[in-house]
Amino acid sequence: MPEFLQFLFSGLTVGAIYALVAVGFTLIYSSSDVINFAQGEFVMIGGMVTYVLAAAGAPLPVAGLLAIVVAVAVGLLLHRLAIEPARDASAVTLIIVTIGASILLRGLAGVGFDKNFHSLPPFLGAEPWLVGGAAILPQSVIVLSGAGIVVLLLWLFMNRTLYGKAMLATAANRLAARLVGIDTSRVVMLSFAISAAIGAVGGILVTPIVLTSYDVGTLLALKGFAAAMLGGIGHPLGAIAGGLLVGLLETFGAGYLSSSYKDAIAFLVILAVLFAMPQGLFGRNAIERV
Amino acid sequence: MAGTAIGRVIASALGLATIMAAGDVLADVKIGAVLSVTGPASFLGDPEKKTLEMYAADINAKGGINGQPIKLVIYDDGSDPNQARTFAIRLIEEDKVDALLAGSTTATTMPIITLAEENQIPLINFAGAVQAVFPAKKWNFKTPHTDLMACEKIFEDVKKRNLTKVALISGADAFGKSMRDQCMTITGKYGLEVLHEESYQPRDSDMTAQLTNIKSKAGVQAVINPGFGQGPAIVTRNYRQLGITVPLYHGHGIGTKQFIELATPAAAEGVRLPAAALLVADKLPANDSQRKVVVDYKQTYESKTGQPVSTFGGHMYDGLMILAEAMQRAKSFDKAKVRDEIEKTRGFIGTGGVVNMTPTDHLGLDLTAFRMLEIKNGDWTLAQ
Amino acid sequence: MRGTIARLAGNRYAALMAVAATVLLLPLVAPSPFYLRIATLVFIFALAVLGLNLLMGFAGQVSLGHAGFFGIGAYSVAIGPAHLGVPAWASLLVGAALAGLLAFVVGRPILRLKGHYLAVATLGMGLLIGMVFTNEARWTGGPDGMPVARLVLLGWTARGTQTWYWISGATLALGVLVAINLIDSPTGRAFRAIHDSEIAATVLGVDVARYKLIAFVLSAVYAAVAGAYLALFDGLVTPVAAGFLRSIEFVAMAVMGGLGSILGSVVGAALLTVLPQLLTVFHDYEQIALGTIMIVFMIFLRAGIVPGLAALIERKPP
Repeated sequence: MPEFLQFLFSGLTVGAIYALVAVGFTLIYSSSDVINFAQGEFVMIGGMVTYVLAAAGAPLPVAGLLAIVVAVAVGLLLHRLAIEPARDASAVTLIIVTIGASILLRGLAGVGFDKNFHSLPPFLGAEPWLVGGAAILPQSVIVLSGAGIVVLLLWLFMNRTLYGKAMLATAANRLAARLVGIDTSRVVMLSFAISAAIGAVGGILVTPIVLTSYDVGTLLALKGFAAAMLGGIGHPLGAIAGGLLVGLLETFGAGYLSSSYKDAIAFLVILAVLFAMPQGLFGRNAIERV
Repeated sequence: MAGTAIGRVIASALGLATIMAAGDVLADVKIGAVLSVTGPASFLGDPEKKTLEMYAADINAKGGINGQPIKLVIYDDGSDPNQARTFAIRLIEEDKVDALLAGSTTATTMPIITLAEENQIPLINFAGAVQAVFPAKKWNFKTPHTDLMACEKIFEDVKKRNLTKVALISGADAFGKSMRDQCMTITGKYGLEVLHEESYQPRDSDMTAQLTNIKSKAGVQAVINPGFGQGPAIVTRNYRQLGITVPLYHGHGIGTKQFIELATPAAAEGVRLPAAALLVADKLPANDSQRKVVVDYKQTYESKTGQPVSTFGGHMYDGLMILAEAMQRAKSFDKAKVRDEIEKTRGFIGTGGVVNMTPTDHLGLDLTAFRMLEIKNGDWTLAQ
Repeated sequence: MRGTIARLAGNRYAALMAVAATVLLLPLVAPSPFYLRIATLVFIFALAVLGLNLLMGFAGQVSLGHAGFFGIGAYSVAIGPAHLGVPAWASLLVGAALAGLLAFVVGRPILRLKGHYLAVATLGMGLLIGMVFTNEARWTGGPDGMPVARLVLLGWTARGTQTWYWISGATLALGVLVAINLIDSPTGRAFRAIHDSEIAATVLGVDVARYKLIAFVLSAVYAAVAGAYLALFDGLVTPVAAGFLRSIEFVAMAVMGGLGSILGSVVGAALLTVLPQLLTVFHDYEQIALGTIMIVFMIFLRAGIVPGLAALIERKPP
């Protein structure tokens, strides 16, 4: 029993990381049909910039806030310089653009920062809490609550504010949104900014557990992307569910089955879901207009 | 009086010709390097590159080798063996280097070894695996300790503590896997029994699942973690998180003091690993033969790069110095003569140990070159 | 003169003539064998990219996992002689067949997906193949890979840059010929119909599923042959051959050269193979340059180099 609980906690922790990345993917995709492969880099920026600033002497909360600002700035630049100009391009073109952006950001980080791994001090100390024989890190609880708070704030934003409703409208039907006077270009810009912020927050929260370095972005982006697909791309709640599910599958797979094929388990399940339920767990069947 | 115009022209022409002829003799010595400065192995290649540039400049400032300045040609293979091979060919055929200091990982090194043998050019490599230097090939040499040696040093210590039943958790990267394979070949020699094995992917962020399985296996007396990069740091953190109390050993892929910060000093307390004396430079007794070399290197590297010293950079230091000294003993840059002198390296004190090469041993280190370190109070100490 | 060029360019076999001319003339101008080595690598990658182009550029599908097929070809010629005693040339054929078979089996369900779903599915497939190569160390040598014995045909060993230059150049030309004939055949027309609109194609009676599968299988075979060549040329194979980064490189080569342009595949392959060699002075900045180039291309030269240049030439007044 303690093993099961341990796998559960670890899986949820890892899953929360994927969930935050997946939410970022979903947000941008909903409003602009762009799959942003550079999403993982926002997480990296959150962790690395915070570390660099804290190492230079800034108090941790200030460093964290500045890191989020930097990430948002990068997100806006990305949108302005790379996505906007290629706006009406095909899906493949946009994928290449974001992959190129991901490579570029990674290269800049490698040159600007360094190639080592770094950590941040855990927010509530490093002593694990024992629950039912399993040891859970306080930071894991912070990550999970953080993910929960992010989703809550996002939901409030989407449903209770004008801008949020504009985003929902744009996601539902871009042309109709333009016709009712919504500046869809600004909506897309906003989605990039929010995704970047979410990614950065995720990076700051998880670095005390999983460490950060200039190239953590790639694998996170892949898993987060898969999680977003699993949940049904276009649904923030689905993204969270997808992320948690991928994390749990991975951890239980590593614990009970084989740790060498841990990553394989996650991707196999995703492939299975794609064949059986292409719209993902929470998506609705899309009707293609001729 | 040689004042005629013709006379002056002839004189300058002769002067120019002499300078040009002497130019051949005054040619730089070209040293080529193919390192994994970017990619998954940048942890290895980056300090190697920095060390090479730093110390080549230092040698040049002191007059170069045999009076000639060193010209470095460094290529980055991005941890890709195909690229490594292409760049090595470029160094040999295009840049026409005199010697190679190349190969950060075993995968990138193996094709370069083949090229060195085919083209008869001396090579000093920085791979970890035992097959990168045994059986000895004519033109190939190596400075880092082998993974087999790391296993032996660990098992020696485990046995000394009267422990016989161990569990292994290894990184699935080449470094970790190779060391794990070597360890499995010598368990019998030290009377050890492996009760359980787990592995993790190189970029994994959480190993609690695997460690939970190890924890619940009855009778495990020690855990060994072959791996490199950030994996061992996370394993160490998870180890403490799960409250596992039996001794934990890591391999020599740790490389820098940063590991202790990453693993957190509290979690790393009591962890042991075999490492070069470089990591405990300041704590070596005054009469230790390596003390001066490692302290100098550590201070130079840390002050010039602002980063903690790395054993991987240390291996490059050893390689460059062995090569430079061999060239000086040979009083020439002829590839065959330099190769012979490298093979005659005896009593060379490097960051990795004291090197004594022979025609069948192109590594020249024995188990005493490894020190068993223990982490205490957030710092390396020599284990008692 | 312009008229002649226009006529030549308009010829069905323009791409083939260009490729053949390059292959034949390059050794005359290459300053040293190293350049031929680079050219050989370009031909090998161009072959794989050509196959991917058939799938992406002509049939309009997307594959982010094509390096998986490349890896299958590479590992086949490694494992065959080393573990099974099968000679390299036979292993090559088996490897190509295996890749085609895998594409056939996996393609049926995967190709029913569209757009991003297809992208993820192919991505997952590529990653899974890579994982098998990394983990099954007894067969594949694990993360360090394994050496590959030289190709031996009737007692003659294929070794050295010169030999492989001609082998890969000839194979590329052959691949281009096959592609050209395919494009102008009913199959090729079916591809293009599917590319433009799957629904319209279905309405017209095109068996969309069957043709997509043909494109997928063909592109897999092209990739596998290319992978086998690289393994035999370099004498080594590692899981990097089947890695995610390699898949992205192939896609980038296809897109930057020009999707839907056969010559574009070669140009794209050349661009991304030569670039790291040119950028060695700034190797720290290579990633930055690569990323920037990819973005700039997609913004300003979306159609790719070859179609872009063609449009430029056509726009000039006669």
